[in-house]
Amino acid sequence: MKSYLRRRLWQSLLVLLGVSVVVFLILHLTGDPAALLLPPDATAEDIAKFRTAMGFDDPVAVQYLRFLKGAVRGDFGESLRHGEPAMGLVLERLPATFELAGAGLLIALGLAIPAGIVSAVRRNTSVDYVSTVVALLGQAMPTFWLGIMLILVFSVRLNWLPSSGRGGLEHLILPAITLGLFTTARITRLTRSGMLEVLGQDYVRTARAKGVAEPPVVWKHALKNASIPIVTIVGIELGTLLGGSVITETIFAWPGVGRLSVQAIFNRDYPVVQSAVFLLASTFVIVNFLVDVVYTYLDPRIRFR
Amino acid sequence: MAALPPSVAGEAVALATPPRSAAEREWVTLLRRLVRRRTALFGAIVVLGVVLAAALAPLVAPFDPLEQDIGQRLKEPGWQDAQGRVHPLGTDHLGRDILSRIVFGARIALVVGLAAVLISGVLGMLIGLLAGYFGGRVDDFLMRLADIQLAFPFILLAIAVIGVLGPSLRNIIIVIGVSSWVVYARVVRGEVLSIREREYVQAAIALGSQHWRVLRHHVLPNTFTPWLVVATLDMARVIVIESALSFLGLGVQPPTPTWGGMLADGRVYLSTAWWLATFPGLAILITVLGINLFGDGLRDTLDPRLKV
Repeated sequence: MKSYLRRRLWQSLLVLLGVSVVVFLILHLTGDPAALLLPPDATAEDIAKFRTAMGFDDPVAVQYLRFLKGAVRGDFGESLRHGEPAMGLVLERLPATFELAGAGLLIALGLAIPAGIVSAVRRNTSVDYVSTVVALLGQAMPTFWLGIMLILVFSVRLNWLPSSGRGGLEHLILPAITLGLFTTARITRLTRSGMLEVLGQDYVRTARAKGVAEPPVVWKHALKNASIPIVTIVGIELGTLLGGSVITETIFAWPGVGRLSVQAIFNRDYPVVQSAVFLLASTFVIVNFLVDVVYTYLDPRIRFR
Repeated sequence: MAALPPSVAGEAVALATPPRSAAEREWVTLLRRLVRRRTALFGAIVVLGVVLAAALAPLVAPFDPLEQDIGQRLKEPGWQDAQGRVHPLGTDHLGRDILSRIVFGARIALVVGLAAVLISGVLGMLIGLLAGYFGGRVDDFLMRLADIQLAFPFILLAIAVIGVLGPSLRNIIIVIGVSSWVVYARVVRGEVLSIREREYVQAAIALGSQHWRVLRHHVLPNTFTPWLVVATLDMARVIVIESALSFLGLGVQPPTPTWGGMLADGRVYLSTAWWLATFPGLAILITVLGINLFGDGLRDTLDPRLKV
């Protein structure tokens, strides 16, 4: 098990290194980072001076190593707009994004796992059909449209909930539902199919045959075994949630990393964009490593690989 | 999703001419099985409808999607103008007909969807073939690349890159296409791992066939089915991403109608004119639902073991 985890740790570090290469390359896509970073009306002379000052004339490999040296210390340069360290700006917004993503995940798990279980246990009943149809719609609904429709109904028409900003619980409800619905739909379908598969296994039949009551069969024998793919997908869904936060935060004016990065892209504030992309990608890598650690406890078979 | 019981309607579908070759018979059997799944049939009809609407947009759309008329801006659905012409879904903030714009918007959605899926599908197929066939270090390297790709929140990376390159139809297709290969690569790789061990492949290698020949003649044809299922389902995802980019203002630029762009316009008028934002979103929802249902049916028919 130790060697498995050591290998996964090593792989995760390699992936982080790859992430840093991609983040570095964002600025070099057009071939001239100086022209990107300076305002469009900069003179050729200014650009040349800036290029020398920033070291953009050095070989790309040298520039990358310099970038990497900064990146491991969290130094991605200063925000072109605010004149503060770019990573600091992003870190300030991180709690808001985590709050939203966490709430979205909580809603997803809280709705999806019971719905999936009931769907599987009461297969082909009206409960199953309703949950399947809702899950299908949830997977087909674009996040931004759902957010707008929720604002239309609950803020504009009913005036029950605020449509923007961060504050108390009432501010969190609409964005969290918006962000969580797609994940809810996905986990519902996964739980349902996972439970159906496990409920057909021999050990479940054995448990029933020896007289174990139905609730413990479902909760202990079946769910425990069906939970393995669910744990895996939670790690992957975190990527969906962090990515989805870009859209959701923009719609609800939620002051998180996603909204900050969209604004930064339009302001051509690339150090902030690079910091945000790097931070969210690293979060995803770290969480998925932790998921793997949990996984080895849930599924002892993995320890022997 | 679970297959609904075979529909009675499906049985009634008769084929005009009896099939001839074996391959043709196989396709007909496949089609018949698909038709019997009511949800897949529904999905196929929706997709066909969207494709036809997009292809025949100038004939289907009641108005010119770009024609502005400030005199009749923000008119509600079903509104009739002075000449007695009806705007079934109302008009937008510039007096343009919303239904016509939705019909033309389907063109962008489908073009981006098809082109991006083709790029990422071919790329992913190649990477999956190489990783699965050669294994070892090649596999390790390619799968780490996949992990790196997956680490990025997709939409954030896409808007960052398009922000740098500038929004255009070509750039959107390239960015979505180049960064969506992982799911194809993983599925194809999995298939190749099992195909590689089969006797006919081992025999071909033993007989001294070159690698590319084995790949092309023996491995590639057998990975096509799962690839097709992934491509179908991925098309839905790409359409949502295209509309998200347009929604953020990084898609195909106005005045060309896009579903996401219409939604962004409509958001501003949410308190006074609900139909601006509602209908383009419904168009996305219905299209994506149709593709997903069709794709699910395709998977259940072709390759029920496939987990995508």
